[in-house]
Amino acid sequence: METYTALRAFADSWMLLGMTLFFLGVVLWALRPGSRRTHADTASLIFRNDDKPAAETPARAAKTKELRP
Amino acid sequence: MWDTVKLVALGLVALLAAIAANYARDVAYQLHMIMFMVVAAGLFLWTLRRVGEPRAATNEGEYLDGVVRAGVIATAFWGVVGFLAGTWIAFQLAFPQLNFAWAEGYLNFGRLRPLHTSAVIFAFGGNALIATSFYVVQRTSAARLWGGNAAWFVFWGYNFFIVLAATGYLLGVTQSKEYAEPEWYIDLWLTIVWVVYLAVFLGTIIKRKEPHIYVANWFFLAFIVTIAMLHVVNNLAVPVSVFGSKSVQLFAGVQDAMTQWWYGHNAVGFFLTAGFLGMMYYFIPKQAERPVYSYKLSIIHFWALIFLYIWAGPHHLHYTALPDWASTLGMVFSIMLWMPSWGGMINGLMTLSGAWDKLRTDPIIRMMVVSVGFYGMATFEGPMMSIKAVNSLSHYTDWTIGHVHSGALGWNGMITFGALYFLVPRLWNRERLYSLALVSWHFWLATIGIVLYASSMWVTGIMEGLMWREVDAQGYLVNSFADTVAAKFPMYVVRGLGGVLYLSGAIIMCYNLWKTVTSVGARKPVAAAVPAE
Repeated sequence: METYTALRAFADSWMLLGMTLFFLGVVLWALRPGSRRTHADTASLIFRNDDKPAAETPARAAKTKELRP
Repeated sequence: MWDTVKLVALGLVALLAAIAANYARDVAYQLHMIMFMVVAAGLFLWTLRRVGEPRAATNEGEYLDGVVRAGVIATAFWGVVGFLAGTWIAFQLAFPQLNFAWAEGYLNFGRLRPLHTSAVIFAFGGNALIATSFYVVQRTSAARLWGGNAAWFVFWGYNFFIVLAATGYLLGVTQSKEYAEPEWYIDLWLTIVWVVYLAVFLGTIIKRKEPHIYVANWFFLAFIVTIAMLHVVNNLAVPVSVFGSKSVQLFAGVQDAMTQWWYGHNAVGFFLTAGFLGMMYYFIPKQAERPVYSYKLSIIHFWALIFLYIWAGPHHLHYTALPDWASTLGMVFSIMLWMPSWGGMINGLMTLSGAWDKLRTDPIIRMMVVSVGFYGMATFEGPMMSIKAVNSLSHYTDWTIGHVHSGALGWNGMITFGALYFLVPRLWNRERLYSLALVSWHFWLATIGIVLYASSMWVTGIMEGLMWREVDAQGYLVNSFADTVAAKFPMYVVRGLGGVLYLSGAIIMCYNLWKTVTSVGARKPVAAAVPAE
């Protein structure tokens, strides 16, 4: 029973706060200024590489590396 | 070396399965172990004959589409099987004589009902999800599936699981948990298959050549990870004997009920919603030939959906032994789910803004749009039914069944049909579908079928809910249970007819797809010049 009480208290205090903050952080991150270009690029990536995988050209690899955080 | 490992493993499986079949405590377990033995022994011989043969190296410059083609065929096949089983049991409810005496204990409603639910959810829906996720993750990662032939193991392993589950139901093997009926050894097998599925999917994402992970992959990944967690926790059980199918649940009483509906509702939330939203976020923009309406909204949709859905399970246990706070929590989270659900629906529908004319000319996009429309309706109805006051009327009635089917037939079915129509010409390299007129026929048959189904279930559900609670001036109940059953008869026939329409639509689709592959000319290579790389 003691474990239950401790977990319960943790769940509806710090865990709840942590998850709420994480969620709000995600929303703010999605809406951050300057994300429009990235999002436009990501949204249209479905129109590329329909028939075969992208070749790993040096230029492309560099771009992937640069854009990947 | 790899061949040796495989041979040892297959030989061991065949041997152990043979021993288990010999000592089996019950018929179903014996049959399943014989199936394991035959499959393992067959694969053993097949591998043995190919030892030392040179293998074609995997071509990293090509997508692995064979497994997607197999998945498309399995989806269409299991769809028809599942819809047929559903239509049949709908008529069994209307006409109990169809529970034939000679098939009692095998083909009566109680045995066929889990066969129907598993066939449509796990066989039809599951194969659709595996096939489309493999197709989408390759295109959006610009990389071939990770793990060589592991994807084939996922496909065959998953379908073997379905055959085990289905034969088990007919022979009475069930742990009596809705949508989690398969017994312990079938669950263990599915766990192995699912872990490999996760590895293949994640491996492909990790080796992607696009900088970002497209939103559809986030939904697919949430689906795979969450189903793994739900499956393992809800199936914690101790087998009575390693040589028998029966097991005992680890949880008991209300804890067991809560675990079961935590599983059950998140099977809806992550299997039938998140996974299929992955399909929506890829196939609707592709078919409409324009990017998704708002990528930002899709990110918020994703996180809001997965943060809220996981808590909604207790609404299945209103007015039970479950503590009040837990069922209130489930209700509140269910109502909050309105927002992400409708946000996602708006995002899907608005993707067509500027291209609404396609609705007139393209029956495939019409199918996808109606599917998203049903998603919106079902996710409006669901939270409403989770409100305790509404639930006191709707619970245990046919309204629930109607709600489930408007979501399953409308949302999951229609988006899957749309995806199949999209995929077949591309996967088999055909220049177009065999007949758009037949797609229109399918569309209308399916839509009218769903409308008949949902509206008849609203009427009978609300009617029986009201009949159950009707009391006379002295406070006695007015109706017996049998009175409600008799009153529901006409609506049950209408529901069965709705099923017939939906099933005929699916058969027309199979014919259309078959003819697309066999009698439509090959797609001409694109004339545009390809830059040398």
